Amino acid sequence: MIYPYIPHTDEDRKIMLEAIGLSSMEELFSGLSEDILLSDSVPISQGRTEDEVQRMIDSIAQRNVRGIPFLGCGCYDHIVPSTVEALSSLPSFVTAYTPYQAEMSQGLLQAIYEFQSMVCEITSMDVANASLYDGANAATEAASLMVSAKRHASVVLVSSTIHPFTLQVLQTWAKGTGRTLRLVAEKDGVVDLSLLPSLLDVDCAGLIVQSPNRYGLLESYEGVAEILHEQKALLAISNDPLSLAMQKSPGEWGADVAIGDTQSLGLPLAYGGPSCGYMAVKEALLRKLPGRLVGMSEDAKGRKGFTLTFQAREQHIKRERATSNICSNHALAALMTTIHLSSLGWDGMVEAANQSYAKAHYLAYHLAQLPGMTLVWDKPFWCEFPLVFSDPKRLRKFMQELRNEGIFAGVRLSTLTRQVKDELVLLVAVTEKRSREELELYLAAARRVMK
Amino acid sequence: MSKVIENLRYSKDHEWVRIEGDLAYVGITDHAQQELGEIVFVELPPLGERYRKGEEISTVESVKAASAIINPIEGVVKEANEDLDGSPELINEDCYTHHLYILTSFSEDDYGELLDAEAYQSYLETL
Repeated sequence: MIYPYIPHTDEDRKIMLEAIGLSSMEELFSGLSEDILLSDSVPISQGRTEDEVQRMIDSIAQRNVRGIPFLGCGCYDHIVPSTVEALSSLPSFVTAYTPYQAEMSQGLLQAIYEFQSMVCEITSMDVANASLYDGANAATEAASLMVSAKRHASVVLVSSTIHPFTLQVLQTWAKGTGRTLRLVAEKDGVVDLSLLPSLLDVDCAGLIVQSPNRYGLLESYEGVAEILHEQKALLAISNDPLSLAMQKSPGEWGADVAIGDTQSLGLPLAYGGPSCGYMAVKEALLRKLPGRLVGMSEDAKGRKGFTLTFQAREQHIKRERATSNICSNHALAALMTTIHLSSLGWDGMVEAANQSYAKAHYLAYHLAQLPGMTLVWDKPFWCEFPLVFSDPKRLRKFMQELRNEGIFAGVRLSTLTRQVKDELVLLVAVTEKRSREELELYLAAARRVMK
Repeated sequence: MSKVIENLRYSKDHEWVRIEGDLAYVGITDHAQQELGEIVFVELPPLGERYRKGEEISTVESVKAASAIINPIEGVVKEANEDLDGSPELINEDCYTHHLYILTSFSEDDYGELLDAEAYQSYLETL
């Protein structure tokens, strides 16, 4: 038997052992103590052929249920033009890893430069980095940046309405770095910023908020930056970047840091990842920005060229004093976002955001007329809204009945938060991709169940 | 061969200190600037803050590396050298004329513990 991934034959091994004066493999490992050696053979079943494995995986895949998704919670089913896959799957992009010999890869550097420029444009910020792993990762980098920008500050204020997973990642960050997170409570589905003055003290490095928030609701940050800046604290706003075609941008709210996840801009659902995070800051924070930046420059002959620049915080420059160890980036995912935005243009982005808004509001308006479910908070939302049911049994029945009709009705918030108070909340997301027929199908099914 | 000048005090982290009245001027030495190479950015410390001796107070970035500036004597930052903001290369041109920052209410004891020119010169020869 020849194993395709193990090139040595028994004969090869014998020759190699002889060359170092040994007679068996056991002798080679004789220096290891008995208690760490396996006494029995490893209980792994016999191997299968490639064809058998293919059939097995296919049969598992058959068990997936297809349906019309009204699912969101951070991952949305938007229309992606075919240019995104066609161009991003070019071998010259796909096989290019993070550019170590950076300036050799002018095409990749230019794509990253375009990504940064688009992020700045969307967020109204001065400078963006080459991307981060995902939105949650961007939030921890914002927290690190805040702490490094204010001396002796180790507390980061966090809105309790940010995505539950982002909050979990921030908690991991805080535990690992010995920082403290201080939660700002919510009121009527949005962060209660009237609490800010009482929570803010000299130890606070800044505040992280999110809009649309974990309920899909839009939040207002009027005057928040001013309150924070008086204490030398910073404001970081996390957004679904597509929503910025319709709502006020971080720059317009006076934020110092803009963060988010670009899944809604050209990335597939892909069972929740991989995604791509973005981060942009005001120019004063340029040197605190994690990761890498691509700059536009000229070569010796005066021709336009792109270079890696400002890696001031990375470990290969700062060694053990690096304040960020983000060094790679999701270049391919960032590229997909870049191609997506280039294909849509600003007008296309506004169109997608407007349609998502209109369709979500159409569905929400008609669902709110039905008994047993309400839009509990009278707050503006964009493409996702929280339906609150009168009892958990009805909610489960609603989801099951719609699923039987081929509709994924929404996500129960408690599956993300594991909190009893969220058990009655169903988050329904509607993108521009949902057709009129699909909306009517949802409504008809809902009317049957809730009558 | 790097330049060491009289009447300044030096730290082993290659910072110099010059006292003028109740102010202490702090900069980096010729040895440090040579080691760093072409300087592209100087992060200036925040005003009004008290820094202890041995505390990292700012960062100087060159084309080769980003290095911490270790505050050589305790004091309160009275002024940061704004000239360096747009022209960090001034340090390469003359590191003893262009200070990084000025401390007030500084520690006389810390100052007393710094090396004089001769001792610093000897220290450099051991490196």
